[in-house]
Amino acid sequence: MTGSIAAIGMGLAAIGAGIGVGSIGGKAMEAIARQPEALGDIRANMILTAALVEGAALIAIIMAFLVK
Amino acid sequence: MKELRSLKALFYLIPALVMMAGFPVSLAAQEHNTTHQETSQTTGQEAHADSTSAGHGTDMHGDTAHEAHACHFHGDVVETEYDATSTAFHHISDANVYSIGSFNFPLPCILYAKGHGWDVFSSGKFNFDFFGHGEGRTAYNQYVLDAGAVKRIQDASFPSGEIALEGFIHENKVVDGENKEISYACYQGKHYLLESQSTADGGLFGGGITSFYDFSLTKNVVTMLLISLLLAWAFFSIAKAYRTRDNMAPKGLQSFVEPIFLFIQDEVAKPFLGHKWEKFLPLLLSLFFFILGLNLFGQIPFLGGSNVTGNLGFTAVLALITFIVVTINGNKHYWSHIVWMPGVPAIIKILILTPVEILGMFIKPFTLMLRLFANITAGHIVVMAFVGLIFMFGKLGESIAGGVVGAVVSIPLTIFIMAIELLVAFIQAYVFTLLTASYIGAATEEHHHAEKH
Repeated sequence: MTGSIAAIGMGLAAIGAGIGVGSIGGKAMEAIARQPEALGDIRANMILTAALVEGAALIAIIMAFLVK
Repeated sequence: MKELRSLKALFYLIPALVMMAGFPVSLAAQEHNTTHQETSQTTGQEAHADSTSAGHGTDMHGDTAHEAHACHFHGDVVETEYDATSTAFHHISDANVYSIGSFNFPLPCILYAKGHGWDVFSSGKFNFDFFGHGEGRTAYNQYVLDAGAVKRIQDASFPSGEIALEGFIHENKVVDGENKEISYACYQGKHYLLESQSTADGGLFGGGITSFYDFSLTKNVVTMLLISLLLAWAFFSIAKAYRTRDNMAPKGLQSFVEPIFLFIQDEVAKPFLGHKWEKFLPLLLSLFFFILGLNLFGQIPFLGGSNVTGNLGFTAVLALITFIVVTINGNKHYWSHIVWMPGVPAIIKILILTPVEILGMFIKPFTLMLRLFANITAGHIVVMAFVGLIFMFGKLGESIAGGVVGAVVSIPLTIFIMAIELLVAFIQAYVFTLLTASYIGAATEEHHHAEKH
């Protein structure tokens, strides 16, 4: 086996972000189904929250690069 | 209808443009092939000569057959294996040459080293290939151009002035448990160590502090100036349109910018900043349009590939601006909530709350810096990885069929990722602006219920 333990950290960060973005998307879909007229607001907030969660994962990945 | 028709014409232009851009690439592949054959012949002869006259060539540094560690210019030899990681990092890092497609154009270099003084010259002095990798064949005043970036030879015995080099060596060495790439420049059979780039110089990860300061107008700086001028021109013309076309429907560029402007004003500035929104709106709009412009410019293929918002130094300065604005405008309540939170027992304040809040003051701009950098850099690396599939399958021009398969796989994936990146360009500009607004809003908010805490 080659590589470093940082790669495992990157994978864990991706899992965390995946769960986070998944639940954001799922909840947003539910909200849109419940209240289709609020589509625009929900979508904007969904993208924003997803970007924030994704940012955490990307920071973890950059950290993994740095400590490698 | 007329506009639609002109759009259609543009649509037809795209394949033509792609083919034009692709032409130099295929040309490069052919050139690589021919040079490869020549070099393999010559190395064969040299190896032969070496075996007959044994003992000669102590200054040759190892054997010439061992190509990976021999002195050469990147453009003269074709590598036998494709290094996806280093290619991706080379393409996203800053450079002292501006490349359009595979063609390189010189940029001004402004360098300062202690005890050496200032050096102001064009990077054309390095005599790099107009069509190639941006490697200087000449050293100038102990500076060399390696993979598009200026590096300095630390050894004082290296002569000043214009010196013809024999090539570069790149080695991967493990220093203190870290894998580092160490580069040498070759001159008269000797190898001179090159300083590794620091993060501030555009070497994205690792590296150390260099002995010289690089104030050059690099690719990123030129792009920033270009985008600033473009935005200034666009906004002055839009402002003029608002003066002259009063009470008329927006037209042209005006109608593109107006919804974005109103969006930032109504959805970002007003809800987060309260009645002070007018004071900070110029800052928020400048941040938004500057980041957006650079994000979008960095997306354009073949046109410099400037990865400005994916450069830690650049995002650090943007985050620093946010930090300074927040710190200067922070009111009494903001500082009291950081230093001495009202309504909490003193022991908790001293042990937990105050340290955490003070850390949070710095973590906020820090995450702002990393978020933008990481999103843009990750997008570019993914695109580079997918484009790299072509070279991996095609074995760098040796296998045409493999290259075709790689292209078939990689082009749809690349287009898909670039579409996502287009979205990310807008989202990240928006997120940066929104978080800046929320930090400023939190710092300037007036608590009318502060006594009740």
